[in-house]
Amino acid sequence: MRLVEQTATQLLAQLNAGEVTSLELTRACLDQIHRVDSRVKAFLRVRSDAAIATAEEIDQRRKNGQPVGRLGGLPVAVKDLLCTAGEPTTAASRMLEHFHPPYDATVIARLRSADAVIVGKTNMDEFAMGGSTENSGFFPTRNPWDLQRTPGGSSGGAAASVAARMTPLSVGSDTGGSIRQPAGLCGITGLKPTYGRVSRYGVIAFASSLDQIGPLGQTAEDVALLLEVIAGHDPLDSTSVARPVPRYTQSLREPLKNLRLGVVQEHYGEGLNHEVAAAVREAINVYKSLGARIVEIELPHARYGIATYYVIAPCEASSNLARYDGVHYGHRADEKRLITELAVERARLEQASDQAGLDRLDNALVKLYRRSRAEGFGAEVKRRIMLGTYALSAGYYDAYYVRALKVRRLIRNDYDAAFKSCDLIVGPVTPDTAFNLGEKSADPLSLYLVDLYTVTANLAGIGGIALPCGMSKAGLPIGFQLQGPAFTEETLLRAAYMFQQATNGHQHPPAIVTTNA
Amino acid sequence: MPPYTLIIGLETHVQLSTATKLFCRCSTKFGALPNTQTCPVCIGMPGTLPVMNREAFELSLRTALALNCSIHQFTKWDRKQYYYPDLPKGYQISQYDLPFSYEGWLEIQAPLSLGQGNGAGAEGSAGTATPSPQHAPPQRGRGSLVSKRIRIIRAHLEEDAGKSTHDETAGVADSRIDLNRAGTPLLEIVSHPDLRSAAETRAYLAELKLLLTYLGVSDCNMQEGSLRVDANINLHIDTPQGKIATPIVEVKNMNSFRAVERAMEYEAPRQYEVWQETGQKLGDVPKQTRGWDDVHERTYGQRRKEESSDYRYLPDPDLVPVTISAEKLEQLRATLGELPAQLRTRLESTYGLTAYDSEVLVNQGRELVDYFVQLAELCGNGKQASNWMQQDVMRVMGEQHLSIAEYPIGPAALAELLKAVKAGELDTTRGREVLARMLVTRNSAAVVIQDLGIEKVDESDMYALCQELLNANPKIVDDLKSGKQQAAGSLIGQAKKRNPNINPARFREILAELVAREPTS
Repeated sequence: MRLVEQTATQLLAQLNAGEVTSLELTRACLDQIHRVDSRVKAFLRVRSDAAIATAEEIDQRRKNGQPVGRLGGLPVAVKDLLCTAGEPTTAASRMLEHFHPPYDATVIARLRSADAVIVGKTNMDEFAMGGSTENSGFFPTRNPWDLQRTPGGSSGGAAASVAARMTPLSVGSDTGGSIRQPAGLCGITGLKPTYGRVSRYGVIAFASSLDQIGPLGQTAEDVALLLEVIAGHDPLDSTSVARPVPRYTQSLREPLKNLRLGVVQEHYGEGLNHEVAAAVREAINVYKSLGARIVEIELPHARYGIATYYVIAPCEASSNLARYDGVHYGHRADEKRLITELAVERARLEQASDQAGLDRLDNALVKLYRRSRAEGFGAEVKRRIMLGTYALSAGYYDAYYVRALKVRRLIRNDYDAAFKSCDLIVGPVTPDTAFNLGEKSADPLSLYLVDLYTVTANLAGIGGIALPCGMSKAGLPIGFQLQGPAFTEETLLRAAYMFQQATNGHQHPPAIVTTNA
Repeated sequence: MPPYTLIIGLETHVQLSTATKLFCRCSTKFGALPNTQTCPVCIGMPGTLPVMNREAFELSLRTALALNCSIHQFTKWDRKQYYYPDLPKGYQISQYDLPFSYEGWLEIQAPLSLGQGNGAGAEGSAGTATPSPQHAPPQRGRGSLVSKRIRIIRAHLEEDAGKSTHDETAGVADSRIDLNRAGTPLLEIVSHPDLRSAAETRAYLAELKLLLTYLGVSDCNMQEGSLRVDANINLHIDTPQGKIATPIVEVKNMNSFRAVERAMEYEAPRQYEVWQETGQKLGDVPKQTRGWDDVHERTYGQRRKEESSDYRYLPDPDLVPVTISAEKLEQLRATLGELPAQLRTRLESTYGLTAYDSEVLVNQGRELVDYFVQLAELCGNGKQASNWMQQDVMRVMGEQHLSIAEYPIGPAALAELLKAVKAGELDTTRGREVLARMLVTRNSAAVVIQDLGIEKVDESDMYALCQELLNANPKIVDDLKSGKQQAAGSLIGQAKKRNPNINPARFREILAELVAREPTS
């Protein structure tokens, strides 16, 4: 098997045994990127030279018998939502095309000190808003299994990078399903940790109470390895939780005894593709064969998940994105032109003695705000800013935002009740397999529905993992999801590992990896 | 007497004297080069998150406790959203519907009003100022001061914005932003509209500033913006149809207590004139914002956009709510120490000071009061200690710009001198000479007294000297006999020339006694 096709766990063992160097591996990844990414378009930027320098430095240390971090020189791709010091971090927005943060996100710092080799920044939906990576301000990413299709999103680039074996691991973010949904659509494993498990410091905010950073990899084992490095309390993030981080990789092989898996009947209703439904049922059967007990549970408020999410997330987004006004941050409209136009307009109104028009005329500052934002943001981002601004306005706040918070609480209560009778909840991760590029662009609501099975975990703040469980007739991966109570990543990973030991769906790469272009 | 009552409520922004900002670890020091005290967090850089400064929160809690506020056990942070170039995040982190403290009061020493029937217990527009209850200290002896409670609606903590400067030079409109101040902790204290005059408003601010100084929570420097005041003012006009409230006006940009006082004095007749012209009542027009022009001593209308400000408050998801335990509160309460009001009462009851004297001393700050208390205890006379503090110590402090800590003579050394004066070893004038010399030489009173050759003059020597002078000045004896008391002065002067150590007061007594015995010539 080619180097790049191996799992992170296998590669790490070889690195530590001195059978392969970080440089060889990094070069192999860069070669793979060179080979396939002109078609997949997972990366916004590849840091070839910096990655090679880092790899060499790590190899040198290993050679000298000096300590090497837990990731031992493994290449990792990072969603372009995480700040990397001195290098562009764009959130895939034209708004931040020229933003070079002077600091590293905490997760980036942890990756560096664990001796990960960051090979590049991956594409995403602009400001993580979307489920197809088509909302990127730069270009869409394609699904390595079928280049006419989307890899999902918003961490589409991160998922495609692992699926096309360009990197063994990647870091994504999940606000409503943005790790799990693309992992499902790309046939890889992706975990959204419990809210507060991983620091958000240095992550360009979309919806702060929902955003969570998480790992993507080929297997649960790989994901456990990366989570172990990035998880943990951060004094720079007040919402990160001071709980010890378990050694996920060590407990992983221990099978779960007497596992009770909750199944939600509503998950199998309208909108779920029958092939997906069958594959998920088959996955449940695998668990049964491994001794798990299936428990019927109810999440009666889950059906309000999308509605609730699309109030809360845009509200927070409208606030978080206010700073991109062209004055301190973000694209600034051409000021000279703007001032000239303003003067012309004023002269015209004065000549016409149009006092009402003059009163309505923006001053230069307001006009700069308006135009910079109009030019810098893409359509979906604008849509969500408008939704959020509206919902937070005086007179609407209680009807939308406060009400959504109440439903959010009910959704959380549903989970609390459900987890009294089961350990984890099993179900679909997406209603369908990967859709065609452009297929849902004209109808934002249909795109919002791809988060149907994932948003509730974000609203409740709990963890979830997506992993492959089969292929559709069209040759597209099908994934399923496990959700667990807050801070039960260990259980989620063990359950996912059990499944992956019993099946082999996750070991099969897409054709683009194995065939020559 | 104008037929109206002033109704004034204040919003005071106090910059807390923490070493670092509210949500990051940048310095809060004033006066640094623009934008040098900033970091990714306080300039709102994408991806950064705020982390609450616990010290700022504790200082706020202490202040609220000293203002007799109730404390919410659970408080949260909200984003107040508006666009302005000195607000880099596009929102200010503040507290909206769940401030950490609410409903307190500050007792002020309000000047008794001249006319207007205001003062304690006058009617307010949003309520009534509570007159001092029975357990409050009795009205002060000075006669012109009266205790009055000004109710506090709330005190909450928020971050400051940056500073914009605009160069309006014709043709080169240039705006610059300094974000050193952005993120500095601000405590906003909102009073009920319980103030009834410009003088009361000033008294409230003075008392608030004193309290904050005693608590050590702020340096209250108005020039540097550590204390900022916005006033809401309107009138209650007596008309034959009853009381009419005029529209509320908010006055901003007042840079000193005097400016606040002058602005209130300016606003009252202005608003009355406006009412006479327009008849506008409260609710007829939206609240107007006016600025204070310190040069021309007048307020002016500030242009405001039609759109009313909707701040779209949102609970800040980046910060966790703060819970305050009863235990913590008690702990903090114990650190408050004696506050100005209590201190004044103690100085009056323990050292027999007048309300005026205690006010003067307490207003100088806790260190000076500590000095005074030591001095009074050591010399055994509060009134004498107070007089020397005010007439001598504070005068030198003022002339030489010294703090009490920098004043070269400690309370023990001064007490030694005061005791000598009290014992009649030297008179007050000579005592002052001694003190002046002590300041220069840093020697003890005893040493200086010896150096200056001061010694108590024997009674018999004084009688002898007096008789000798009387004999030599028959004219003066006649004058004194005919009641020309000023004639004694020249004799005392001669006596002091002969022996600088004689106590003029005692000499005057002896003189009177001897003159009375003198046969009429």
